[in-house]
Amino acid sequence: MDWIGLGIIVAKIVFFLLVGFTAAGYVMNLAERKISAFMQDRLGPNRVGFWGLLQPVADIIKLFFKEDVVTDRASKVIYFVAPMIIAFTALSALAVIPLTDVLTFFGRGMAIQIANLNVGILFIFAIASLGTYGAVLSGWAGNSKYSFLGGLRSSAQMISYEVSMGLSIIGILMIFESLRLNDIILGQSPLLWGFLPKWGIVVQPLAFIIFLTAAFAETNRVPFDLQEADAELVAGFHTEFSNSMKFGMFFMAEYINMFTSSAVIVILFFGGWQIPGISTAEIVSFFISLGASEFFASLFTILLQLGVTFAKIAFFMFLFVWVRWTIPRFRYDQLMNLGWKGLLPLAILNILATGLVMVII
Amino acid sequence: MEGELSQLETKTLNLNLGPSHPATHGTLRIIVDLDGETIVKADLEIGYLHRGIEKLGENRTYHQFIPLTDRLNYVSCLMNNVGYSLAVEKLLGLEVPPRAQFIRVILCELSRIADHLVCIGTNALDMGGLTNFWYFFKEREYIYDLFEMLTGARMTGSYTRIGGLWEDLPSGFFKTTQEFLKKFPRTVKDVDVLLTRNKIFINRTKGVGAISAEEAIDYGFSGPCLRAAGVEWDLRKTNPYLGYENFDFEIPVGNNGDTYDRYLVRMEEMRQSARIIEQALGNLPEGKINADEPKVVLPEKEKVYNTPEGLIHHFKLITEGFKPPKGEVYSATEAANGELGFYIISDGEASPYRIKIRPPCFAIFQAYSRLVEGSMIADAIAVLGSLNIVAGELDR
Repeated sequence: MDWIGLGIIVAKIVFFLLVGFTAAGYVMNLAERKISAFMQDRLGPNRVGFWGLLQPVADIIKLFFKEDVVTDRASKVIYFVAPMIIAFTALSALAVIPLTDVLTFFGRGMAIQIANLNVGILFIFAIASLGTYGAVLSGWAGNSKYSFLGGLRSSAQMISYEVSMGLSIIGILMIFESLRLNDIILGQSPLLWGFLPKWGIVVQPLAFIIFLTAAFAETNRVPFDLQEADAELVAGFHTEFSNSMKFGMFFMAEYINMFTSSAVIVILFFGGWQIPGISTAEIVSFFISLGASEFFASLFTILLQLGVTFAKIAFFMFLFVWVRWTIPRFRYDQLMNLGWKGLLPLAILNILATGLVMVII
Repeated sequence: MEGELSQLETKTLNLNLGPSHPATHGTLRIIVDLDGETIVKADLEIGYLHRGIEKLGENRTYHQFIPLTDRLNYVSCLMNNVGYSLAVEKLLGLEVPPRAQFIRVILCELSRIADHLVCIGTNALDMGGLTNFWYFFKEREYIYDLFEMLTGARMTGSYTRIGGLWEDLPSGFFKTTQEFLKKFPRTVKDVDVLLTRNKIFINRTKGVGAISAEEAIDYGFSGPCLRAAGVEWDLRKTNPYLGYENFDFEIPVGNNGDTYDRYLVRMEEMRQSARIIEQALGNLPEGKINADEPKVVLPEKEKVYNTPEGLIHHFKLITEGFKPPKGEVYSATEAANGELGFYIISDGEASPYRIKIRPPCFAIFQAYSRLVEGSMIADAIAVLGSLNIVAGELDR
């Protein structure tokens, strides 16, 4: 048995959990509050720690110590399991996200990615669909009409937008001819006409818009946060999870989903960990030419690529926050109209157009 | 299959919105029957904030009722003070000095702006536009700073007195108000940019909760909700009081009487109010702030300490209050929400025989069922916010 290989995988899982909890959960929680405060002319959290940096810690401690209130006549088992489904699916989608290219360490190829699946993109979609169960079940379990309505909305919305989301990436798959996320990223490395990177957004601009919209809907963010709709349904599907860490799981899952969605957008449309026009081998040889040993050259490269990926992801995370605090939310029927009558035909049109162009070229 | 499906029994879902619900902004209860997301039937239940203000008035002197009027529309308390004082002054046949009139106008218009800021802010908040809410609440804080400067309280001012005002404007009020008037249009413009041409906002509000002019009049609408329906009716123009006829301002009127028009009317009214305040500040006359009527207005401390008449008047007014002549009076002012009327019956005693308050949103709220039945649950929330139901005023 390859103990080192196993150890590396465990280390990667720990790393991604850390990314999930800190980068997505902790940093985004704080960032969202700080950015929204900046946009709204407020101060935001500024009491716990320097500049409010420890605010999420305080929140989590509070959530852990709160009484776990279960509503009367709630289905206890589902009530208990539903938040776990949400948190579990949110975290497991991270498994196939490649944050860097494969680099050689001590003769062993390594990338910051847990599993390099040949159906990576399908895995993400499948796991994201499972997340719907969490929302629906938690809406059902609480024995409350508000959360019930929220659960219904959630199932309808997520299913509708998954269709357009799935169709929107077919163009990408046709062009890059792979379901493996790493292959899709590598497919985006050539430069078109010598200066324009062959990124997904360049070859598939329409798909990008559809995917971005659907991603907002999938992560339940304003303007698509109908299942929460605080003014209408109190807190939607998690109304009855008013306190304790169960609510914390919903809260964290939302940010992790945001992270995953941003990562997928970056991978499919913005070249993943790539710097336009420079391949991984070129970066490594650049570091070696500076006098670094092979190990350190690989290490610097992997860190650089990690930085590039995170920078790109951070931009989209910021976009999520930015949009949330700028525009109002849709109404239920308008949301459905947009999904089925707007995005779906566009997505199909995009596939047709892509196919035609590919045949002609 | 079709037949089988149609035989299935379906039930409407009965849902309680309130009395404690994020969108009720106070304590209202709306019992809705839902068919999916569509509202089949909406029953209103009011009275959760009933404090018996009218009844309380019967056991108090006329002056002692003023703090209770703060608790009607608590968003714009000074307007209620002014409305009530005007009613009692009408009963007494008193005219307040010009300076007091101007100050009252300034306060009324500041209150109107505060009220509209809250209304539009929370309405947008209920539709998911949280940022607008913060932008407007910041401006409202500035107005409340002014109120605090003036009255010592932010929300419950109790500033007017029968026959005038409690105090003259404090030093610095003039300048701070002018500074506010400079900052304030920028915020209105910010929200204007965020909402007025926002496709999602328009979809959420246009044609939602629409009411025709005739129907609005039948229901007894007044204020922005009536004007949004296309009726040019504003007591400041039609039945001027406090010298409103001398100010240059316009009455915005909508066409469709829907949520969007109500939003537009309120936005424009804020700008017009700012115009009125500017004019009032510019032409503020010097002079006294209280009518020269020792039987009604508390004498100055100077007189109380140094003259027997002053001491007697002070003593009489404090211990038993003034006694207006027998009679009935109805006086209405254009409050932020619409016509705020006070109907007072005096039997010649120191406390009124009966005070009836006509709050604007009581009439408006009656139409709520009619406005939301057949629309979706999200519309109900948008309409509720745009009608600006203030529970304190509704239940009294």
